[in-house]
Amino acid sequence: MIETDILIIGAGPTGLFTVFEAGLLKLKCHLIDSLPQAGGQCSEIYPKKPIYDIPAYPDILAGELTDKLMEQIAPFKPGFTLGESAVTVDKHEDGSFIVTTNRGTKHKAPIVAIAGGLGVFEPRKPPVENLSNFEDKGVEYIIKDPEFYRGKDVVISGGGDSALDWAYFLANGVANKVSLVHRRNSFRGHLDSVQKVMDMADNGKLNLITEAEVVGVKGEDNLKELVIKHKTQGEILVTTDHWIPLFGLSPKLGPIADWGLNISKNSIEVDTFDYSTNIEGMYAIGDVNTYPGKLKLILCGFHEATLMVQSAFARIHPDKKNVLKYTTVNGVSGF
Amino acid sequence: MDNIIKVTVIDREGIAHELEAPTDMSMNMMEVCKSYELSVEGTCGGMAMCASCHMYIESDTLLPLKSNDEEDMLDEAFFVDDEKSRLGCQLHITPELDNLVVKLAPVGE
Repeated sequence: MIETDILIIGAGPTGLFTVFEAGLLKLKCHLIDSLPQAGGQCSEIYPKKPIYDIPAYPDILAGELTDKLMEQIAPFKPGFTLGESAVTVDKHEDGSFIVTTNRGTKHKAPIVAIAGGLGVFEPRKPPVENLSNFEDKGVEYIIKDPEFYRGKDVVISGGGDSALDWAYFLANGVANKVSLVHRRNSFRGHLDSVQKVMDMADNGKLNLITEAEVVGVKGEDNLKELVIKHKTQGEILVTTDHWIPLFGLSPKLGPIADWGLNISKNSIEVDTFDYSTNIEGMYAIGDVNTYPGKLKLILCGFHEATLMVQSAFARIHPDKKNVLKYTTVNGVSGF
Repeated sequence: MDNIIKVTVIDREGIAHELEAPTDMSMNMMEVCKSYELSVEGTCGGMAMCASCHMYIESDTLLPLKSNDEEDMLDEAFFVDDEKSRLGCQLHITPELDNLVVKLAPVGE
């Protein structure tokens, strides 16, 4: 069991800056994030895009902002549970929260700060009827272990780098047969990835089906056949053991929606006094919350985090005196 | 009125909304829909990185060509119609867009 003072759900800019403000008050933090790296949207969606509204930075790349925040919070030695998403919350008998991830990692803290942004990044699922019946029975949205496909017939859908790279990898002596289905006849993604796949298709090592989409899944218990609709040839049936649709990730509020929080329009309602939710000891900051006048800006997330930790301090140490200190006067002393 | 154009947005229930959009506020179609609280996510904020503002062009309005980013993103989108699909965030509100008619694309899971 991981124990900390403030358990932060979401390691985007708001979650990361919370560590700093909490650290100034001698509160320890641990962060959970479904992504394998810190930074949230900044690192996952737009690391190479400039941001122009961070005070004192005329412009800064989103990836760079993440790096700077990591550097800023380093003295406070935050803990990270990355690549796992917070699924359930329970109350411990001492009043603190126990948050468990999808992999069963347990975290205990008196304060939970939800800085979940847009939510958990999940694979985007194509709109195909009965698809859910075959999930993990031949349909997988993520390749966890390529060895799983050894000797199997595999169909991959998508036109981006991950579709190209996995098609190339699996066709290179892993799977028995690999088909790549793509809506257009040109591919985005790195030129050399595209070229490698094209070469394989030319050599007959990979079956390239372009201007086509998978529109149906068939089978009994497990997936057996895909219905592929081709722009000119109409519908064709392809026998396969696996179908791996790779259409990128999109964020969902996810299991947090079932925690008993007041939610409106996919956001958590908070009191702007301290960004507390309707559950005592649980706060929501950054893009995940809503209140009259809310603006989804990193800048506002920083402000919310700062006020939130003051309230969290009072809750953890009801009898301890606290006064706002200036870092310029006192410096930053880590743990 | 100066600097205002009219656009029509047909929502997923088939209801047509006639909207006024300012040409001098650097807005795009995704933002116009959001400002009228129509059901458009605009998850990435308008960087052509999520396709949650996917819409179909229903009028014969002459539009700027798709950028590579927009083409790439539409590649990963669902319910794409090669002739009609655009990302709302890439359609900047200019006088040329007056009388544009768009229909919101279905949302996937």
